[in-house]
This record gives sequence, structure tokens and C-alpha cells, in this order.
Amino acid sequence: MKNHQVTLPYRLLPLGDTAWTVEFGNEIHPDIHGRVLGFGKALSALSLRGELTEVVEWVPSFRSVTVHINPDLTDALTMRDKLCKIASSISIASSAGSFWELPVCFAGDYAPDLAAVAKAKSLTESQIIEIFTTTRYRVYMIGFLPGFPYMGGLSELLDMPRLATPRQKVPSRSVAIAGRMCAVYPWESPGGWHVLGRTPIRLFDKDNASRPSLLTPGDEVVWKPISPDEFDVIEEQCDRGLLNVNSLKQRGHA
Amino acid sequence: MINMALEVIEAGLAVTIQDNGRLGYRHIGVPIAGVLDSELMCAANHLLGNHHDDAVLEICLSGPVLQANIQATGIRLSIVGSITAELITNQGHHVKGLAWQTVTLKAGDRIKLSLVTQGTGYVGISGGFQVPCPMNSRSTYARAQIGGIEGRALRVGDYLPCHGFDGNLREETYAQAVWPSQEPGPIRVLLGPQDDYFSQQAIAKFVSTPYQVTRDWDRMALRLAGEPLSHSALGSEIISDGVVPGAIQVPANGQPIILMADCQTTGGYPKIATVIRADLPRLAHVRAGDNLFFQPIDHKGAEMARQARRALINHWCQSVTTRPLPNCFDEATLLTENLISGAIRGDDEELISLGLQ
Repeated sequence: MKNHQVTLPYRLLPLGDTAWTVEFGNEIHPDIHGRVLGFGKALSALSLRGELTEVVEWVPSFRSVTVHINPDLTDALTMRDKLCKIASSISIASSAGSFWELPVCFAGDYAPDLAAVAKAKSLTESQIIEIFTTTRYRVYMIGFLPGFPYMGGLSELLDMPRLATPRQKVPSRSVAIAGRMCAVYPWESPGGWHVLGRTPIRLFDKDNASRPSLLTPGDEVVWKPISPDEFDVIEEQCDRGLLNVNSLKQRGHA
Repeated sequence: MINMALEVIEAGLAVTIQDNGRLGYRHIGVPIAGVLDSELMCAANHLLGNHHDDAVLEICLSGPVLQANIQATGIRLSIVGSITAELITNQGHHVKGLAWQTVTLKAGDRIKLSLVTQGTGYVGISGGFQVPCPMNSRSTYARAQIGGIEGRALRVGDYLPCHGFDGNLREETYAQAVWPSQEPGPIRVLLGPQDDYFSQQAIAKFVSTPYQVTRDWDRMALRLAGEPLSHSALGSEIISDGVVPGAIQVPANGQPIILMADCQTTGGYPKIATVIRADLPRLAHVRAGDNLFFQPIDHKGAEMARQARRALINHWCQSVTTRPLPNCFDEATLLTENLISGAIRGDDEELISLGLQ
């Protein structure tokens, strides 16, 4: 973990009378996201000290943090001044979360778009898997669906536009790519990303109130290829509640 | 008293259990959901002496028929909004006109809830609906099957768990004051966060011409149709950032979309403006074909509007009081319908004692 003390530009944008979006830039870049994470850390620290009771919650995204306030406890203009003060004094957090090694199976029905991506990129399926699993991804934000992680860092060799016609149903736990991102669908849902494989791990557990989403912004992920047999074993462990997700955490964070 | 339940005899359409929403999980993509009209939720709960955000039934399209399956003395409900209710007692008698007050069901009683014209109505229950509370909220979020009854709208045969009512059965609660309905004028908005993604002409059009609610409306969003809003040179897409119910996003076709309670936590379209908190409940009651006008306002104006609303609602809450049976029923209805049929409810002793039979 390294921190730089800097003063960099930011903007406060009104999102109605009960929220502010603190914007640190206008591109998807680890440096800008570092400021997003740094701002989130500053808010966490204040919150832990009981100095942010008027804030309901905050939502980090690629390049901004949206802060939702309780209008019964403060007014929006007072809050704006407070947020400016915080934004002016933050550090860049180069990373803030955990480093995960998550299993993914690239076989058969789990990987409906693997062949098409290989063909489009003039690579073999093995090469696609090799490129995909030797990259470390950064969780920029969680959105679209509960627990859906937008993970940046995908190799430009695998850069694909979204499907021209989105699928009606993408199976839950599908691991998919689009642009320079990869993601996992925590739920069965419509989707336009290219599905390369499936993970047996559940990314979202609504009954786990303290940590319903496995991943949080700032986490990093590498994908570990597994066989269909290994998939079945891990899936059963997950179904029976026997998998300790902490065993998926790796040491050696960036 | 637990293990009480209301059985769903008819499901109605788009009826869900909601509370104040699932706060605290938007950073991991969980929408807040929750009631579309938080003022009416407060009213429904206030009539019952509940916490203001106890779980209520929200009725968006057509109402359900519910039956009290209980061993205890009763289940007390409150009914608010543009909604009518008909009590069908366990003796087969019908009683109408029960909105803006409480009504107590005894074992075997049924209540039939209907929307008057359009809009959204609420049914509170003493102690709140006792469904599970995943991630600190009972609100139904259907897309991810979270909250409420198995994360979905009501179905025939569902049992809605609740507490029995152990208070005074011989009186009901009602509001003496008329509910302070919202003014019909334009919907007030704060411009931004991405008003710079629109041309000056587009913003001028947005705040001066009507936008009609299309048939494409639900708890997630209201899609509007009107004068197209052209984007500035910055384009019609942004890098996704945070949204809130009330945010008005405009995709490339220039037609605005107002986000509602079930909206996703982030979005990739520029947001021209955001509806102020005080006017957000009004959107619960608009329907296809309604014309909306938007009026820009600043933060100070928004805060004044919020306080004004609060004062009106407090005044209404202070007017809530109790009265003995059977006068709790709407008296006009009582005179025109119920006395003609000669019965008000099955346990007719009170009517007899009052000389009505």
C-alpha cells in the first residue's frame, strides 16, 4: 500500500437535493480510481469516528464517489462544503482491498462465446484462456446488478465490443468480457458481454448481511482455470456452505 | 403475538411489501427499492402507532383480497392513498369506505382493496409485515429476488406474516384532517449532475414543454416522451456514475427517463436534472398519458419545499385520533349503503347497543 499526498482537481456535481457526486476525472484509469478509493477511505475513517452521521452511504464508481445524505440531519449546501474539505485533503490509495484467486471453468456449455472470441481474435482457445488467466484485474465498481463487478485490466488482445444482440438469459456465475473489462454475472439476467467461462463461486449472498458481495471496489482478482470435475466439487462445497471464501484470498497485494 | 398471517385470496397486480428501502448496500450494486411514496408509508404507519418505516403493502395497479387467518383477537390494518377497501366479515356482511383509517379484521374476515382511479396506495399493519429482513430491509426487489415474499409480488396462497393486534378492539384510529395532497404544478428539479451534456436549447425545452408518461413505467423507471433533448458536444454517454431515484437520464434518442425506487445504483446516460425529494412521492401516482412539466429550483428552494411538506404532514399526523365502533366507517357510505342492508359487521352487538339495528 503506497500513498501520495497530492492536491488534484475534483468537481462536486449535484444529484438532487440529497446527494453529491464527487468527480475526480473523466476516464477509466487506475490513478483516478485511486483517488476514488482514497476518498472512500477518508469517508470510512470519518464515519468510524462518528463524524459522518449525516451520510447515509456512499457509492464509488470508476471516477467518482456519490455521497447520499440524510436531509433530516444536514442540508445539502453544508454537506457540499464538508465534502470539498475532505476531497481537498485526500491521498491516492493505489489499492484498498483484497486480492482474490477465483476459479473459472472454460469447458463446453460454461463457455458459449469462447470459440467466437478466439476466431474474432485469430487466436486459439488455449491462447485466449492463457491471456485471460495471466492478468490481474482491478474491481473498479459494483453496479448493474447486486454484486456485479466491473473489473478493469483486460488485455487489449481480448478487446471485443459487446454482443450486437444481447442474450435474453446469461446464466448466473458466468464470467464474461467486453471492451477492456471482465465481469461475473451474479444472477441469471439479460446481458451483452461475451461469456468465456463460469465460476462455481457465488458472488452474492443476500443472507450474509455483513458481506453480501464477495468483491468490493478496490479488490483485485486473478482467474485460476479449473476442470469440470473441480467445478463440480467446489460448486457442491458452495451449495453446502462448506467453502470458506477467505481461502480464496491471496497474499501479496499490489 | 406472532404466527399470525394474512392469507392472499386474490393477488392483485404489482402488489409488494416495501419499507423505507435497503440503505447501505448501493456500493455493491443493491438498489434501495422501498416505497415509491414515503409520505403515504408514514401515514399508514402513523395510524397504527408503528415506526414510520415499518413494512407496508404497496399497491400499484390493482389491489389484493386478504383474509385473516388467526387465533387471536384480530389483525389491525390501515389504508391510505387513493384506494378503497371493502370488509367482508366472517358472517358475510359487507362494509365499504375504509380509507385513511384503521380497520380490524377478526378471524375469517376478508378485506378487498381496490385503487380508486390511478395512483399508488398503501396498507399498513399493526407492527409492520413480519417478512424476513435480508440486508436490513423488508423491501421487495424483484430483479434479484430479495426481500418481501420470496423477493416477488404477492401470489394467491401466500401468507403474509404479522403480529396480532392486542389493543382496544372497540375503537379505530382515523385522521380528522384531510390528507395534504401534493399541489398539481410542475415537478421541481435541480439541474445536473450532467446538464453540461445538453445544449442550451435542450435545457430550455426541458423546463418549458410537457413530457408525457409512456406505457413503459414501473418501479424501476418512468419513460417519458416529448420534444427530444439534444446532447451537447460531450455526447450521449458518460462513464457510469452514481444515480438516485428521481434522477432524469437522457439516452441518445433524447427522451427522458425518470429513475424510480428500484433503479440500478449507477448509470451510463447523462442526467439532465434530478427531482427534488419533496416532489419524489408525486411520481408514485403518475401513469401512462399523464403530462409532466419540470421546473428548475435551487438547493435553498428544495430545502424550503421539503420543510413545507414536512409541516403539512405533521399537521395531518396530529389530527389522528380514535373513535369508537362503528362510527369509524365513512359516514356517508354508512348511511347510503350499510344501513340499507341493515348490517355493518358480523359481530353486531355494538350496532345493537347503539340502536342501529
